[in-house]
Amino acid sequence: MAKKTYIQAITDALDIVLEDDPKTLIFGEDVGKNGGVFRTTQGLQEKYGEDRVFDTPLAESGILGLATGLGLTGWRPIPEIQFMGFSFEAVDQIVGQEARMRFRFDGTKTSPVTIRTPYGGGTHTAEMHADNLESYFTGTPGLRVVMPSNPYDAKGLLISSVENNDPVLFMENLKLYRSMKDDIPDGKYTVPLDKANVVREGSDITIVAYGAEVNESIKVADKLAEDNISVEVIDLRTVSPIDSETIFKSIEKTHKVVIVQEAQKMAGVGAQVASAISEGAVLSLDAPVGRVAAPNSVYPFAQSEDYWIPGADEIEEKVKEILNY
Amino acid sequence: MANEPIVDFEAIKNDLTNVPKPIQVLNESAEVTDQEVFDSFSDDDLVEFMKKMVWERALHEQTMNFSRQGRMGFYAPTEGEEASEMGTVLAMKKQDYLLPAYRDVPQLIQHGATVTEAYLWSRGHVIGNKFKARSLMPQIIIGAAYNEAAGVAMGIKKNKEEDAIAFTYTGDGGTSQGDSYEGMNFAGAFQVPALFIVQNNGFAISTPRKKQTAAPTLAQKAVAAGIPSVQVDGMDILACYAVAKAARDYITAGNGPVMIETLTYRYGAHSSAGDDPKRYRTKEDTQPWFDKDPLIRLRKVLEDKGLWSDEQEDKMVEEYKASFKDSIKEADKVAPDKVSDMLKRTFEIPTPEMRKEIEKFVEKESK
Repeated sequence: MAKKTYIQAITDALDIVLEDDPKTLIFGEDVGKNGGVFRTTQGLQEKYGEDRVFDTPLAESGILGLATGLGLTGWRPIPEIQFMGFSFEAVDQIVGQEARMRFRFDGTKTSPVTIRTPYGGGTHTAEMHADNLESYFTGTPGLRVVMPSNPYDAKGLLISSVENNDPVLFMENLKLYRSMKDDIPDGKYTVPLDKANVVREGSDITIVAYGAEVNESIKVADKLAEDNISVEVIDLRTVSPIDSETIFKSIEKTHKVVIVQEAQKMAGVGAQVASAISEGAVLSLDAPVGRVAAPNSVYPFAQSEDYWIPGADEIEEKVKEILNY
Repeated sequence: MANEPIVDFEAIKNDLTNVPKPIQVLNESAEVTDQEVFDSFSDDDLVEFMKKMVWERALHEQTMNFSRQGRMGFYAPTEGEEASEMGTVLAMKKQDYLLPAYRDVPQLIQHGATVTEAYLWSRGHVIGNKFKARSLMPQIIIGAAYNEAAGVAMGIKKNKEEDAIAFTYTGDGGTSQGDSYEGMNFAGAFQVPALFIVQNNGFAISTPRKKQTAAPTLAQKAVAAGIPSVQVDGMDILACYAVAKAARDYITAGNGPVMIETLTYRYGAHSSAGDDPKRYRTKEDTQPWFDKDPLIRLRKVLEDKGLWSDEQEDKMVEEYKASFKDSIKEADKVAPDKVSDMLKRTFEIPTPEMRKEIEKFVEKESK
């Protein structure tokens, strides 16, 4: 057990899957000698050699096509897209090709790819470096989308993703990379895919969040506890598919819910959660479903980012509004 | 200041057109233009090449018939491209990985899929993708297979399979899509065993080759990726085979990827779904290509050698067509794909929501 950052936890997971299975391969832009632009793959090429951890030409569709082909020939690729905004270049390979392999061949051919990519705002990056693009991919049958909110989950979910035989889009929150530390067990452990986590139990209201917004939600829960308001916080962890059962169970107890996401409000994960609640748990509610999300603008330039990303204050305000409904 | 420009761009541009003549073994008048290569083929080889082209044309004709009868789904006509398709695929070995495009169904069958499976693919049934051949299904996105071929070839190399390569096809339109460059560039950068074939049949649906690119040849597109490339007479099966075979030998010797542009022609429409080639090309455009027909050309050689006759060919065509009729009857017997099965095969472990959907459809489908 050691205190590790989100990024160290990810490196740890990659080290374990490379060690465990000689068929795993890491590749992408600058992941080799440079250890990735964030140092996520630091030391791995040195340890496992250039055959297992290697740099590619700078072309996202090419990287994902390489992954599909390697996956089909018995390898277990873990390609990196350097920033999620660059994934637009690879949408056909991810959505049109990789995610459909099992379906196309009735499972007789598959390509078990885990695509790692950093996303998320708050670090004042250049345009196209921070966008929360999960909603473009959560509508893709055959593709899981995993978004860990803390170092412990990041390690366990990444190992589960790589071991899964279907493609996974593994989204790493840029701001969390170095801003939080957890006690991380040494060696291998897994966190299950497709399962939400009740990170904090409560009885007055449920917050459903994912990614960095889980931590903002916990801050709100801590603050409101001082006023004897008991907030349950659910971390989705896998945002496609959504674990509706865990959400319903919580709402049956609290009867109120606020859904929080960093991404724009339109047609995203929060909308899917709200829709699932309206189908499956509406009679347990005694207030409208509250939503906190970024406005439906293009992702902002660096200077206005901090106003744009929903934070604890906005979550608190919405929670109080729903509580007082 | 001198009036002479520092660079003569016009001269550089003109130099791009300074390319070798496409490789040919047998010309349009069925005269041997490369005796050495021609002599490397036995009489049996020549007969075999002819049989394959007759088979492909019969497959085309019978499939078009089925299509007119409303018995096919998506079908991309192949008439005119027999030399390019059969010539290149005959250079493949069973252990090679094929990444075909939608017009490359005949190669897929040659590589091990059954005609019944090909018909089921056309009709949109998953069994049409469950063939045993080492191949992907026919690719619809015109550049995607080039990217995947780089990955498959890297997999082959990493698996230390020394006598195997990845074969992939696209058309002239496919070379305009960025993925075709990315795939070749990756293959070149990693020196993996991939053979990229462009079947330049003159038109991407209705858009002519000259509107795809200002590049004088499509083969030149490989130059930027550092890959040796060559143009070949795509109506000459002997040249197509010889070049593909030479490319395969070169690649398996560990020399990295190759690209081949075959100059061929699609006699008919882009697909059986209804585009009318008369809207975008004239009889004058097309007639010269009919005169280059790969079957007429080789038939003449074989007849001169006393190895072929009309009667023999008619009988062969009849037999092939009878077998295709059997194949479609087999396809007719296959029960339609079920939505419950589709849901089951989306993920290895169905999601909770999918499990509910599966139950719902199992019930609906049992009624």
